[in-house]
Amino acid sequence: MGKEISCGFHCIKANHIGVKLGKDEILKDINIQIYCKELTVLIGKNGAGKTTLIKALLGEVKHTGTIEFMDTKENITRHLRIGYVPQSINIEKHMPTTVYDLFASFISKVPIWLKIDKKAEKKIKDSLANFGVENLIHKSIGDLSGGELQRVLLAISIYNEPNLLILDEPVSGIDRNGIKVFYEYINKLKKEYDMSIILVSHDFDLVKKYADRVILLDKTILRTGTPEEVFLSEEYKEAFEK
Amino acid sequence: MQELINNILELLPFEFLSYAFMKNALLAIILATPIFAILGTMVVNNKMAFFSDSLGHSAICGIAIGMIFGVTNTNISMIIFAALFAILLNLVKHKVSYGADTIISVFSSIAIAVGLAILTSVNSFNQYSNILVGDILSINWNEIIYLFFTFVLILVVWYNMFNKLHAVSVNSTFAKSKRINVIIVDNIFVILIAIVVMISIRWIGILLINSLLILPAASSRNIAKNMRQYHFFAIIISLLSGLAGLITSYYYDIPTGPMIVIIAGVIYFVTFLLKDKVKG
Repeated sequence: MGKEISCGFHCIKANHIGVKLGKDEILKDINIQIYCKELTVLIGKNGAGKTTLIKALLGEVKHTGTIEFMDTKENITRHLRIGYVPQSINIEKHMPTTVYDLFASFISKVPIWLKIDKKAEKKIKDSLANFGVENLIHKSIGDLSGGELQRVLLAISIYNEPNLLILDEPVSGIDRNGIKVFYEYINKLKKEYDMSIILVSHDFDLVKKYADRVILLDKTILRTGTPEEVFLSEEYKEAFEK
Repeated sequence: MQELINNILELLPFEFLSYAFMKNALLAIILATPIFAILGTMVVNNKMAFFSDSLGHSAICGIAIGMIFGVTNTNISMIIFAALFAILLNLVKHKVSYGADTIISVFSSIAIAVGLAILTSVNSFNQYSNILVGDILSINWNEIIYLFFTFVLILVVWYNMFNKLHAVSVNSTFAKSKRINVIIVDNIFVILIAIVVMISIRWIGILLINSLLILPAASSRNIAKNMRQYHFFAIIISLLSGLAGLITSYYYDIPTGPMIVIIAGVIYFVTFLLKDKVKG
């Protein structure tokens, strides 16, 4: 980890993002600015449009507005690489898929059904080692705990060193201690990579501890700022304490 | 070429190979069963058993439409129809967020009904009724050539695209974030299924074709621990069921297609019982 030295000059800007589903306006005039090495946490009630916003950023749903990746030092727009950690994957218990199979299908050209790609295997091991799960490489996905799977997915999603990492409520199905470990890994990633992170979260205690910026969402941005600013705001009280 | 292969087969010490139709049937099984096994692995992983079944049933509509347009070679009209139908079904599957199986069923019902209506109205249904049950002993050299090219095609695609296919099957948004063109990968897969189903339907029949796709892969999944074993066991199981089915049907005068499926079914239950022992 930590090959790149962060500059703090990269910036991702989402301008006037709006999403309509039929007649319903799901998101309206979202403006976000995210700097690298920052953890931005998205909070909001159920149905506030958090997942939709993430899908819009990923290009999964049609939206209005633009997303730019700026290099503010050289003042040019660059191509944005987005990493994504899925909430769940379609691998049931007893499926003959190992961690190697899963990882290699994203990064290797050698067909996983034919043989093991030794070069990829080495890279995968190194990559898993960043998250302390390299010993799981030939284990079946179905036998992993929720936390272990989460770390494997994290390792895959940051493999090509994305500029922006998006995590959609990744902590569900993991125990309290697992959540803490997970946040520590996120924090480590933020510090050691030149990467911005957007996280959808429900765990406000940990958000207060780790987030650099919080966005309170309900169709549009109600409030944004440091964790203290948002959690002490009138808008937060109105959204969660009524 | 045909002669050379026939001569080689005659060297084998099997009495039944003295018949030309048994030689052809044997070649067809050696080519077709591995294809079904490897495509089946992904059909099972993607929970597409119903999808592939519907695709098989729609073949009858493909034959009928081919007749209207005067395409004499039923294979070609069936493949084109099935490929288009597969893309359509795939589109439907992605557009509706829930209840995709209901809508797939609606489409295949219409396809079957239209096919039956056209075929019976031009009074040629009897001619095509063997499409329902199939007859491997009537397979001819031309069809074996078709099977051979399909075999090569599947291997080439599987070699070059399987990793992407697997990535998409795991989570399409995840795959997309890794710059995999999800729509193209997905459609190539369903077109492959369409081609294989249509090429093979003449000898295995609409009613049983899905079993060949599902049973070997499902059996293999019970005992395999990784992707390599998953493919290897599926191919072995599929090939074994095919050969055993052909030979049994020859000696006991049972139709070949059903016999193959019965054997594959028995193997499934054996692997099911072995599951906990193998996987712990």
